[in-house]
Amino acid sequence: MTDWQPLWLSFRLASITTMLLLVISIPLAYWLAYSRRRGKAVIEALISLPMVLPPTVLGFYLLIALSPSHLVFTFTGLVIASLFYSLPFMVNPLLSGFKSLPPALREASYTLGKSSSTTLIKVLLPNIRPSLLTGIVLSFAHTIGEFGVVLMIGGNIPGRTRLASLAIYDEMESMNYAAASKYALILFTFSFSILMIVHLVNHHFSKPDPLS
Amino acid sequence: MSRFLPILYCCLGLTLLSASRPATPPQEVLVAAAADLKFAMDSLVKAFPTGNDISIKLVYGSSGNFYEQISNDAPFDIFFSADLGYPQKLEQQHKTLSPIKPYGTGQLVLWSKKLDPSKEGMNTLLLPSVTHIAIANPAHAPYGQRAEESLKHYQLYDKVREKLVIGENISQTAQFASTGAADVGIIALSLALSPQLQKEGKYWLIPSAAHQPLKQGFVLLQHAKGNEGAKKFAAFIESDRARAILKYFGFGE
Repeated sequence: MTDWQPLWLSFRLASITTMLLLVISIPLAYWLAYSRRRGKAVIEALISLPMVLPPTVLGFYLLIALSPSHLVFTFTGLVIASLFYSLPFMVNPLLSGFKSLPPALREASYTLGKSSSTTLIKVLLPNIRPSLLTGIVLSFAHTIGEFGVVLMIGGNIPGRTRLASLAIYDEMESMNYAAASKYALILFTFSFSILMIVHLVNHHFSKPDPLS
Repeated sequence: MSRFLPILYCCLGLTLLSASRPATPPQEVLVAAAADLKFAMDSLVKAFPTGNDISIKLVYGSSGNFYEQISNDAPFDIFFSADLGYPQKLEQQHKTLSPIKPYGTGQLVLWSKKLDPSKEGMNTLLLPSVTHIAIANPAHAPYGQRAEESLKHYQLYDKVREKLVIGENISQTAQFASTGAADVGIIALSLALSPQLQKEGKYWLIPSAAHQPLKQGFVLLQHAKGNEGAKKFAAFIESDRARAILKYFGFGE
């Protein structure tokens, strides 16, 4: 018998995180791509930090920061942690997407009297669809794969913060190898399929290139 | 690029050279210790007479976790377990070298940074201001299993179940409580008696009648074969000096 709850929790966490990240990252990446502010490099470095720092650093800061607010050990706490943890995986693809667009595209839209928000929504975003897809899938998959931070600030509460990655670890530690391998196999298959679909779709997108 | 390549190869060469340098290091003893021993073991190692080139390397974790690693042939020389069951199982698997030797009985306490648990005892857990109670993972940490038993003994388990947060081992559980992330922690007396935790909070001893005894024992493992240092350290643990240190950290007979 498989307990589906940890898998469902991981899935829910990843979906919520991805949706929030999409909302946050589009303006952020847009600003990073087109702003001429000097402080940009600092922001870019900060956003990419979670990719190189050990999760323990983030876990440590979050445990200290969230303790007074009673958000630690809650699902909301995990969402906050995941937003930091997966931010670079959403912002970076969008940023390189925006940067790869020829400036003429944006300028043409402005010349035709479109506002910058209309240009973003109607012109720029549709043209970076592969980047959007990559960002969405990578942040989703990366959140599913979260382990260290969750172990440090989640408290491993069944039904609330015991995610699939923790459940595998727990089952292994208690020597329930059968259960551990079930979870592991499900996650393996799921992640493999989702990544394969992205690559297939991106190949499809990249074939007819209208701009070059 | 061509200018950098020689430098790169030099660095690589140096790295390999330093890694393969044949040295005569002091005899190393790798100790797997239940996390409740964290502070006691540091004192024990300090008190261990090391005129004889022995270096004791300590790894802390939950006993169940270590059991799992050792039964998969992790290279530990000595295993200190917070529960006699795990070393006994290793003995059945022929992973041990010596008989299992008890070194004390552990005790559980309620520990809190904000509250004084000695006022209300176990009922502290029912206070409305207590939203999170940290216990060690009952699946593989003996202190977690005993904590669960104590809660059931006082018929509190169902009432506080929603408030429980699970630490990976007893030392992470203590960390949850000492950062104030959890309002109360059910932790080992040996940790509550450490200078760090004594400064920061208050504790209340849970009567030992509330749970099965936490009989602890250590054992030399197969990996220690021919390791004189490991045998000396094992003998030291049974000395009066070591007993006194263990007693100081709350390990009863």
